[in-house]
Amino acid sequence: MEHILSLIVFFPLIAGIFGFVINKQNVKTFGITVAFVEFLLSILLWIAYDPANGGYQFVEYSALIPQFGVSFYLGVDGISLFLVILSTFMTLVSLIALNIKKDIKNLVITVLFLEMTLIGVFLSLDMILFYIFWELSLIPMLYIIGAWGSGQRIYAAIKFFLYTFAGSALMLVGILYLGYQYYLATGTWSFAVPDWYLLVLPFSTQLWLFGAFFLAFAVKVPMFPFHTWLPYAHGQAPTIGSILLAAVMLKMGTYAFIRFSLPFFPDASVYFLYPVAIIATIMVIYAAMVAYAQKDMKQVIAYSSISHMGIIILGIFAMNAEGITGSIFLMLSHGIVSGALFMLVGVIYDRRHTKLMSEFGGLATVMPRYAAIFGILMMAAVGLPLTIGFVGEFLSLLGFYRVSWVITVIAGSGIILGAVYMLTLYRKSFFGKVVKEENKSLKDLDSREFMALIPLVALVVILGVYPKPILSTIDLSVKKTIRLMEKKALLPKTKNFLLKVNSTGGKK
Amino acid sequence: MLDPISIKIASLNLATLAPMAILAFGALSIICVDLFVKKLDKSFFVMFTLLFILLDFTALIGLNGPSRGFFNVMLVDGMSVLAQGVILISSALFILTALSNKPFKEFKKAEYYALFLFMIVGFQFMVATDNLILIFLGLETASLSLYTLIALHNRDKAFEAAVKYFTMGALASGFFAMSSLILYTLTGSVELSIISKVLIARGFAPGAFTLAGVVFMLIALGFKLSIVPTHTWTPDVYEGSSAPLAGYMSVVPKIAGLVVAIRFFDIFLSSQIQWVQDILILLAVLTMTLANITALVQEDVKRMLAFSSIAHAGFVLTAVMVGTTQSNSAIFLYWILFMFTNIGAFTMLWIARHKKNLWDSRYQHPFVKFSGMIKVAPMMATLFAIFMFTLAGMPPFSVFWGKLYLISSVVNSGHVILAVIMVVNSAIAVYYYMKLIVYMFLKDPITEDGNIYEANSSTPIKAIVGITLFFTVMASIFVQPILSIVTDMIRASGY
Repeated sequence: MEHILSLIVFFPLIAGIFGFVINKQNVKTFGITVAFVEFLLSILLWIAYDPANGGYQFVEYSALIPQFGVSFYLGVDGISLFLVILSTFMTLVSLIALNIKKDIKNLVITVLFLEMTLIGVFLSLDMILFYIFWELSLIPMLYIIGAWGSGQRIYAAIKFFLYTFAGSALMLVGILYLGYQYYLATGTWSFAVPDWYLLVLPFSTQLWLFGAFFLAFAVKVPMFPFHTWLPYAHGQAPTIGSILLAAVMLKMGTYAFIRFSLPFFPDASVYFLYPVAIIATIMVIYAAMVAYAQKDMKQVIAYSSISHMGIIILGIFAMNAEGITGSIFLMLSHGIVSGALFMLVGVIYDRRHTKLMSEFGGLATVMPRYAAIFGILMMAAVGLPLTIGFVGEFLSLLGFYRVSWVITVIAGSGIILGAVYMLTLYRKSFFGKVVKEENKSLKDLDSREFMALIPLVALVVILGVYPKPILSTIDLSVKKTIRLMEKKALLPKTKNFLLKVNSTGGKK
Repeated sequence: MLDPISIKIASLNLATLAPMAILAFGALSIICVDLFVKKLDKSFFVMFTLLFILLDFTALIGLNGPSRGFFNVMLVDGMSVLAQGVILISSALFILTALSNKPFKEFKKAEYYALFLFMIVGFQFMVATDNLILIFLGLETASLSLYTLIALHNRDKAFEAAVKYFTMGALASGFFAMSSLILYTLTGSVELSIISKVLIARGFAPGAFTLAGVVFMLIALGFKLSIVPTHTWTPDVYEGSSAPLAGYMSVVPKIAGLVVAIRFFDIFLSSQIQWVQDILILLAVLTMTLANITALVQEDVKRMLAFSSIAHAGFVLTAVMVGTTQSNSAIFLYWILFMFTNIGAFTMLWIARHKKNLWDSRYQHPFVKFSGMIKVAPMMATLFAIFMFTLAGMPPFSVFWGKLYLISSVVNSGHVILAVIMVVNSAIAVYYYMKLIVYMFLKDPITEDGNIYEANSSTPIKAIVGITLFFTVMASIFVQPILSIVTDMIRASGY
């Protein structure tokens, strides 16, 4: 049990290396088995996790470069536990639904390698180790989009890689500067995150460093106006690439906000609250309006991702337990729902080789099971109560209500816009008469696709009705982070703000 | 009557000369053996050379006495030992590439190996002294041998490269001589330690002469380090030389130049002379930026790697400017890690070399040559991709750790904006390294036969690629020991 985190991180890598020897026909089975074992390991981690302890568990520490303070430092808490489970689960589901035949071996090995880097990001407790995994995740995604994507794939892949790499470049300077500040304050070099949690920085330093880190995370989330790489990447990526990109990779940015930006720079976070909230609201509404105007199904869902990430950012910057817990839950729900929606788009693309909604119409009569599942997931994306989408959205907005009811109302209207574009998508594709000749003979979901989608639908409903086990575990770790922020806050303005948003403020 | 001059042999500390003497003896013996024995195979020459390099290395790490020797001309301190170590390891890796599959006339000549050994001797002298005349001697010996080595490749482009390098190198040597002249006139000595004392005592007056001395030295060193604006020879010379020699040129003359630069600029930087710092920052930023931007539009992989080497040299120049122990250690850490990667990358080009230019009238290694390599030669494509990602600074490979420590040293000395510029340049650089990867992985193959990519490979060359790949990929484990050794040696040298 001691080294379960190292096992979870490196198991896909070792399995991927073994995959080089497996022959082409069986490599997909190998991939699914490996992903399944990895998923079981993460469930085992959840079972062994102590829900009464909000701190880091299963910590592993070994000094890599003691002279410079770089270490191999892994640890899991309520915030990262479920993101790890989400990563392993979505990898498993996307490999089950995989339908590509060309160079399948390279693809499976790349996906396993990607899984390793994603899990590594969530479990790292050392900044340099985090940076290594953060950058490494770009290589397999570059390859997946560039080699198995559609028409303009090379342009999309390079844009994705360069944009994200350049965004993180400034973060590297920020990390090194923070390391130096720690050295000046304590006399030892260390890049370990728990050590840096104890470091109190002067306000001006916080402002600059918050900006440096913000750039890297903002490109990853992606926040307006750094979001232009996402529609391209999604449009050109193969289904499996889109699923992993939307379900897990985008969460890296928002996770990093909670793990690093808020606790390291509490005063700067409160100082920049309103600008960030305005950007988030723009994301919600602007992306929703652009999504409505799209003709390609996949682009609608891509822009809806940006819209949901806006609500997540609002929840994070509410800086209270409801907001942050809600945003993490919304991360999980968005991962499941978007992953499932991209998978469904992939299903229809496999049959008709087009994603344009104008090519469809009346699919509900031809493919009833597909329509039913798409309907449920669409409702979850909209945020219908009793589906998983509602819980996170509601909690995030509830958390932000304490900060500013105006912005909450405006962002809440994004929910209505979400319903608009989602229902329009559904109507255009599924309802009405079957006009196109090709649509009349489409096959409904086959067993492989069905097996991949059913777990997702089940999760949507179960976690929508009973999210408590997950919420309570996340809540405990989030409260710990908020208490850390309250202790570290330098300016009285920050302290007052944190006190205000974390209380109900009712009349005595 | 004149008094007899009595000098104790022990005071000469001949052990400091031993490494160079061994190699010089080796070079002479190769010539002698070649006189008497006919039809010596290149494998004999290569192994003979390698043997002497090994002996030299043993003598080097066995050095245990005072650092001064031979009437205070030799200075073999920690930094010198480190630099000589880097030079010797690069030389050992380089000479093995002579054992290629295809026959090349230059490898059959004994003179090639003798010149090679003399070149190493020259570079060793350059780093093992702080006497400007001996630096000049070492510089000239090494450079003249290097020019001949380039020309021995026996192609038109090689002749052009050698003559270009020679002409511009001669100009740079002229500037070096002028700088030494000015410094001698100012201070009465050619030894950097005495120059330092005199200049500091005098407060660096008169300013105009000191400025002239520094600027001339900067031009001379800038030529060797390929700093903008004295970098224009680099792409053409790399294009004309054989790939391993280009790789060697991107590592060894630069480390020798860097050591001389550290020694020379320490005089001014430790006294916080502002204009020296400003000039160095300006040149470093210009070098990085111009080289990166020009590399973006290259159509030949070798020229692209040449510009990338210029950019890396500019990167390291910022650390020379910072002048702290951490930054000097960072230079050596960076260069050791960079050595393995760059030699590996150029060796990969050597493996893919053809006699005729099959895809382009001028370039030997155009980007299109490597299209779709992942489908026809997957192993080679993956190795090449790893080297490219490493040079771009992708963690956790070798160059990332060097970059990390170097940027950290720049940030720690307060030059945060410079660090931001360096990082932005790294981001720009990613594009041209990625270009090759995009061609290899994402484009369609231009040839069905994967063997043409391995036409020139042989077991020794594969071993070199294996060694460099090992150090590149497993660098995370080696950084700690390398860093502690480097830091101890630099600190012991007083830098």
